[in-house]
Amino acid sequence: MQAANNPLAITFFFIFMALTLGITYWAARRTRTTEQFFAAGGQITAWQNGWALAGDFLSAAALLGIAGIITSNGFDGLIYSIGFLVGWPIISFLIVEPLRNLGKFTFADVVAYRLRQRPVRMAAAIGTLTVILLYLIAQMVATGSLIKLLFGLPYVASVVVVGTAMLTYVIFGGMLATTWVQVIKAVLLSLGGLVLALLVLMHFEMNPLNLFSAAAEKYGTRVLQPGAKVAGSGWDAISLGVGLMFGTAALPHILMRAFTVPDVKEARMSILYATGIIGSFHLLVFVIGFGAMVLVGPEAVTKAGGGGNMAAPLLALTVGGNGFFGFICAVAFATMLAVVAGLTLSGVVTVCHDLWVNVVRSGEAPEREQLTVARIATVAIAALAVFLGIVFEGQNVAFMAGLAFAVAAAANFPALLLSITWKRFTTSGAVASILVGTISSLLLICLSPTVQVDVMGRSLAEVSQAWWFVPMKNPALICMPLSFLVAVAVSLATEEDGAESSFREMRRRIMFGASREAVAAE
Amino acid sequence: MLSPDKVVPPGEDDDFGRLSRTRSRVAVALSIVMIAMYFGFMTMFAFAKPTMGMILAPGLSLCILLGAGVIVGSFVLCLVYVVWANRFYDPAVRRIMS
Repeated sequence: MQAANNPLAITFFFIFMALTLGITYWAARRTRTTEQFFAAGGQITAWQNGWALAGDFLSAAALLGIAGIITSNGFDGLIYSIGFLVGWPIISFLIVEPLRNLGKFTFADVVAYRLRQRPVRMAAAIGTLTVILLYLIAQMVATGSLIKLLFGLPYVASVVVVGTAMLTYVIFGGMLATTWVQVIKAVLLSLGGLVLALLVLMHFEMNPLNLFSAAAEKYGTRVLQPGAKVAGSGWDAISLGVGLMFGTAALPHILMRAFTVPDVKEARMSILYATGIIGSFHLLVFVIGFGAMVLVGPEAVTKAGGGGNMAAPLLALTVGGNGFFGFICAVAFATMLAVVAGLTLSGVVTVCHDLWVNVVRSGEAPEREQLTVARIATVAIAALAVFLGIVFEGQNVAFMAGLAFAVAAAANFPALLLSITWKRFTTSGAVASILVGTISSLLLICLSPTVQVDVMGRSLAEVSQAWWFVPMKNPALICMPLSFLVAVAVSLATEEDGAESSFREMRRRIMFGASREAVAAE
Repeated sequence: MLSPDKVVPPGEDDDFGRLSRTRSRVAVALSIVMIAMYFGFMTMFAFAKPTMGMILAPGLSLCILLGAGVIVGSFVLCLVYVVWANRFYDPAVRRIMS
């Protein structure tokens, strides 16, 4: 196939690698403390952080995957686009300011703020690492097969190349290098998406409606209407929505970015910028998906392999020629690399800051020791990601990304929200809620058609008769309310004086930040 | 649990208490609008497929219009919050601090 060994794609890829490794070298000399390693010294501007948030969040699935779904199914792909955006306003209204003013490096800082450190940190680390690991597996497997498709590189070699590059960024450059990798990737991705959408619209007098009606003429009005592709039953769609909205608002690698900016105002602004960038990008992807439907055709996309992922690259080849095709392939590669780097870094921060410093060392550890632990954790997580990427080759792991959102929504979100809003919330309530959220999500997904039918290949008619069958593809609609319920019930059944009395102090710090608190303490 | 009366205990310092209540109210109100907008759309997508599939103009169905509306609406709500926080909330916090 024409994708293999495209010399232009490989040239663009080397330019990107040279640029990002240069930045890593520059950043490495500015990364001496944990504050710098984990949060870039809090010196990132709102604009940079907005792009970096978009870079962390927009995976290859956002361009290649959703464009592919739209090309073969029409409108339904937009359900994912919308779902990936609607969590951002929730972060903005409810999460970002308390998070920035109470925390230092992770969201567990906030949950543990007025509760007992050890149990909360351990539970939060379990929730966080589960989310990160699921997301990493989904990304690594997708990356391996996509690079094989785009560059003709063997699967194992692709996974190793991605693992090595991300290890280099994180271990030497920490948050500063990772942020710049995200910024460059997000700018390239948005630019590529914008040019591709404009090239498509030039065929339709710059009017998207002409494009959509051309698609409807060719493939019937059903492509403009809701179908059954995204979710089986009606409740499935609602459950997917719950997972995407509240999962986004509790993804550890997104929340971690609130600490890279100087103050709460910059954090708030960066969420606004990220929402704008991600929203615009998804509108472009809608045009790109329909463009590929009309100009390339769903049949040609299916024939190219990769489960529809080739829609956007093939469209680039059709409307922009070989050079643009190479550019889009290289952008897709940069996208995958940046996302796994961000995920790895947030795993590292959790292992070092939450587990090592606050659980093993009871809150006090020398800087040098922390950095050593962080670097060991980086190597361990990168090696684990590469290993799991190779183990899961060819497996259907697409559900793991959705599951990561569901676990985030059920395990992290209730504890995070209740810890900042509910005075009676206790340590036992937090731990129970996080554990129930994590375990119930994993359990329910195993009993759902997602695993039983799509992964294990049993027939829906057969498993739907079993007593244990869970009819929902995404468990968030059951697990998130369950986690809230457990949190409230366990908190009411237990007493924690310290947690109640420090609630008022916490409210003050949410409003005034740490500096005011230091003043008040004197 | 989000009710402002419980968030701020009685006898709370006046300015701080009032501002804290206002902030909670704005945050909760905007969140409810956002959740209603999104789950309104998803409920219609899930249970009212024929209505959502209505063709309003050549190339434009109701679901495409509303879907794009949710994307633009999410950004607009964020913008409303940021403008409120920058113009009203931040100066009020600074006034209390000084």
